[in-house]
Amino acid sequence: MSIAHARHNELSLEADVLIIGGGPAGTWAAISAASRGAKVILVDKGYCGTSGATAPSGTGVWYVKPDPVLRRQAKESRYALGGFLADNRWMDRVLDQTYTNMNRLAEWGYPFPLNEFGEPHKRGLQGPEYMKLMRKLVKKAGVKILDHSPALELLADEYGVGGASGIRLETGEPWTVRAGAVVIATGGCAFLSKALGCNVLTGDGYLLAAEAGAELSGMEFSNAYAICPVFSSVTKTAFYRYATFYYEDGTVIEDAGSQRGRSVIARKLLEGHRVFARLDQAPEDIRPLLRVSQTNFFLPFDRAGIDPFRDLFEVTLRLEGTVRGTGGIHITDETCATKVPGLYAAGDAATRELICGGFTGGGSHNAAWAMSSGTFAGEGAADYALKLGQRGTGRRLRGLSSQAIAGRQGQTPQRTAEFIRAVQSEVMPYDRNLFRTEERLNDSLVRLDGLWRDIRSSSVPLTTDAVKAREAAAMTATARWMYRTALHRTETRGMHKREDFRTLDESQKHRLVSSGLDEVAVRTEQVGKEAALV
Amino acid sequence: MIEIISETKCTACNQCVNVCPTRVFDRTDGIPVIARQEDCQTCFMCELYCPVDALYVAPEAETPSGVREEELERSRLIGGYREKVGWGPGRTPVAQHEYLYQLYVKTNFG
Repeated sequence: MSIAHARHNELSLEADVLIIGGGPAGTWAAISAASRGAKVILVDKGYCGTSGATAPSGTGVWYVKPDPVLRRQAKESRYALGGFLADNRWMDRVLDQTYTNMNRLAEWGYPFPLNEFGEPHKRGLQGPEYMKLMRKLVKKAGVKILDHSPALELLADEYGVGGASGIRLETGEPWTVRAGAVVIATGGCAFLSKALGCNVLTGDGYLLAAEAGAELSGMEFSNAYAICPVFSSVTKTAFYRYATFYYEDGTVIEDAGSQRGRSVIARKLLEGHRVFARLDQAPEDIRPLLRVSQTNFFLPFDRAGIDPFRDLFEVTLRLEGTVRGTGGIHITDETCATKVPGLYAAGDAATRELICGGFTGGGSHNAAWAMSSGTFAGEGAADYALKLGQRGTGRRLRGLSSQAIAGRQGQTPQRTAEFIRAVQSEVMPYDRNLFRTEERLNDSLVRLDGLWRDIRSSSVPLTTDAVKAREAAAMTATARWMYRTALHRTETRGMHKREDFRTLDESQKHRLVSSGLDEVAVRTEQVGKEAALV
Repeated sequence: MIEIISETKCTACNQCVNVCPTRVFDRTDGIPVIARQEDCQTCFMCELYCPVDALYVAPEAETPSGVREEELERSRLIGGYREKVGWGPGRTPVAQHEYLYQLYVKTNFG
């Protein structure tokens, strides 16, 4: 599709840097790019301030004072869990940047609690408060925000990416932003599982990046599931460290737990058992503290008339995919650039293997990565775009979507819903995604490849229906990168579990980089000796 | 999922239309309507941003619960989340609550 001529009613804008996604990574990227003197536009599929996994909940942050002993412990704490794939130099950079950014948040007015010396205690952030402040800071930095304005495709010429176009959901009008550089900060992919705040996280940025020729890394680390009451959306798993898990008859399920015992819960569910939980191991004196520290964890229980400390409640495992996995867009340098000139990635849209290998185990690393990679990408994109200067505008750009996007006719919402159900049925079952085997991965891939061909050949109407149609395409592409990569890793490492290869294989201490749409390719990338934490 | 827009409380400020990340509400000439309830992800953000506590998100994420406004008023559940988070005039944000630090001291959480 040529965008040489502006379409009817089109909103057409120019900037140095376009940020796609307005969660923590996108907002940090926006204020960082603006601080370099760049003109910045931020578009969000939902609303910058409420969109994404961070906004509705509280999160810990990997905030560690620059003390060599404490930093060392912090880096070692999850190195083995992550399968030795993290990079020591990146962990140092992210710890430094996170320390700086959290201190900035205190200066900029985030209401941290105080310690006994009256100093702000900066180990966590309450999502609603944090993202309300970030939106305010973005606007104060002079950044233009377009809410409810999903990007449908990137624009590029032979020199690289030069903007994006999409649709405004409230009016149905198309938008185009020409920009010298684009930062993808669209989050991970949780496949519309209704994990808390995750239904806007459908892998959109992976698809946009891959259509431009970027690669992905670590997509085998994409099988995170959260413990969740069956009736609810609240997938905050941390407090289940205080839970005992029970069968229907009230007897205890041995070895079930929130840390390493999550597989036990999955196996019981697969065997057809119902699983119940109760936070009965929480000491009485900390119960009121827990209630305050994660108000939204208790909200559904309060409303359903359940006391989670005293009553049994039925639980399930909800897919969080790559949101709490570690795979994402492959980063090629310290500015969070991709291999495509002008294209950058930050937050959960980018691979988090650099700081946690193949396992995150909690929000604190993801929160640190979001604010740090957002800063790196925003600064890098601004510097790149400002160097382009006048050459950045007046380019002859074309849309990169692998599906035709045009007209008012195209894939119907019913057809889109069928595609979505089809991809969900391959990635949600525990015996396909959580516990993997060559046979079942291949079995799913046959259907996913067929699904991709159907999606690829159907056209997307340039109406608000386009959003879900592109989400279906992005989720299908994501599932294919996940499972192709999972086939290649013939071992168990990090969160990736192969039932036919149950142990870690020393010879596979490398990263797996995937790419391509019609044909998916997987290559290995060595983790350099200088990256090792020794 | 979202269940209630209180007709008696809503001032038609349309803040919920603006802030909903999955665009569940539509503007009208009067107060907004829940236009796409099935797209609700039960994130409770609309409730937090409603300045007059006119919204209620039921805890059930998968199916409508059919809860009625009169019951919620009796049980004082409507508006309860905003109060707990400490948003609204005269309230202190829960983000700076002393319990957050006490919990860290006792458990290393947060």
